[in-house]
Amino acid sequence: MTQEINKTNKSEWPLWEVFIRSKVGLDHKHAGSLHAADAEMAIENARDVYTRRMEGVSIWVVESKFIHASDPGESESLYDPANDKIYRHPTFYNLPDEVKYM
Amino acid sequence: MTVHSFQEHFDSLIDRELTIEPRDWMPDDYRKTLIRQISQHAHSEIVGMLPEGNWITRAPSLRRKAVLLAKVQDEAGHGLYLYSAAETLGVTRDELYDQLHTGKAKYSSIFNYPTLTWADMGAIGWLVDGAAIMNQVPLCRTSYGPYARAMVRVCKEESFHQRQGFEIMLTLSKGTEIQKKLAQDAFNRWWWPSLMMFGPPDAESPHTEQSVRWRIKRLTNDELRQKFVDVTVEQAKVLGLEVPDKDLKWNEERGHFDFGAINWDEFWNVVKGNGPCNKQRLETRKKAWEDGKWVRDAAMAHAEKRKAKKDAVKAA
Ligand SMILES: [Fe+2]
Ligand SMILES: [Fe+2]
Repeated sequence: MTQEINKTNKSEWPLWEVFIRSKVGLDHKHAGSLHAADAEMAIENARDVYTRRMEGVSIWVVESKFIHASDPGESESLYDPANDKIYRHPTFYNLPDEVKYM
Repeated sequence: MTVHSFQEHFDSLIDRELTIEPRDWMPDDYRKTLIRQISQHAHSEIVGMLPEGNWITRAPSLRRKAVLLAKVQDEAGHGLYLYSAAETLGVTRDELYDQLHTGKAKYSSIFNYPTLTWADMGAIGWLVDGAAIMNQVPLCRTSYGPYARAMVRVCKEESFHQRQGFEIMLTLSKGTEIQKKLAQDAFNRWWWPSLMMFGPPDAESPHTEQSVRWRIKRLTNDELRQKFVDVTVEQAKVLGLEVPDKDLKWNEERGHFDFGAINWDEFWNVVKGNGPCNKQRLETRKKAWEDGKWVRDAAMAHAEKRKAKKDAVKAA
């Protein structure tokens, strides 16, 4: 789809996805997208568009066409393997009351 | 899945107050309506910079200038958040701009009124941003994920816009006789167009029911308008200004203010392109786009050249 769009819009700057770390110690989170000619400009634009109020201490950008996403229509089968494995959760196990801090 | 079960899945997400995301199946009309609504909203943010931009160089103090500049910059940001949200529905930015520039897409008709005095900066922040907030807060819970998330961001930023406008009005209304007159005059000119911002009366907006069902509209035009009147009338008292409506009266029974008839002929006339500034706004916008073309092309050429250089170094 992205390629099709690029063909019909030669003049349009590529689309970038922006990820922002809001505070030291936290992970980067998707903030939105924007258009820019290259990565450097994408970071500068992201600063102006998404961090005007100190919302970030670090910015990642990636061209949208490089993002691969799972298909929501297949989510049932995709996540099915985890469905019946309740023993992966600590609450599956019964411990005597005397056991503390486990 | 068959189309039927796709539809069922979509309906159940809507009914359970869950969000629809870009890659989820959605009915064509939902997609179309959203593209129209979100892009109209984006265009309004972008064109909305023009009436206020008109006063940046003439702000009465450095503080006011910095504030107005920050506000107008925010509006540009709002436009960009919303354009991105619309793009996730499969329309390109260039297509959206094209729709604006050819007059195919609409923007809020309030921005087709002129900003004659500095007091208009106060009235716009207080009333126009106030009405926008009234409209936008419920949309933070709208069904389309990217739109809802954009609105959360927008709403966080809007509240300073209204406060700075109210502060301008307050300063003027506590100032000299002439200043107070300016404030009242701006109030008189912006009040009715602000009420029109909520759109035609419910009886004449046929798509409301479907939009409410889809959760891309959460309150009707008339409900929002009434809410706006009720809070704004109280704020006008604080300013010591008179609401320019001789029919305005508290209705004990309804628990709301009754207000006078809105001139819908004027509204439709402005929507059709015959407002005081329609032509000027669109021309300014188109000129900015066309004059900026060489910058966009140069940036692209520069980026490509730099990439080619980098690739050559890698290959060597
Ligand atoms: Fe805005
Ligand atoms: Fe605003």
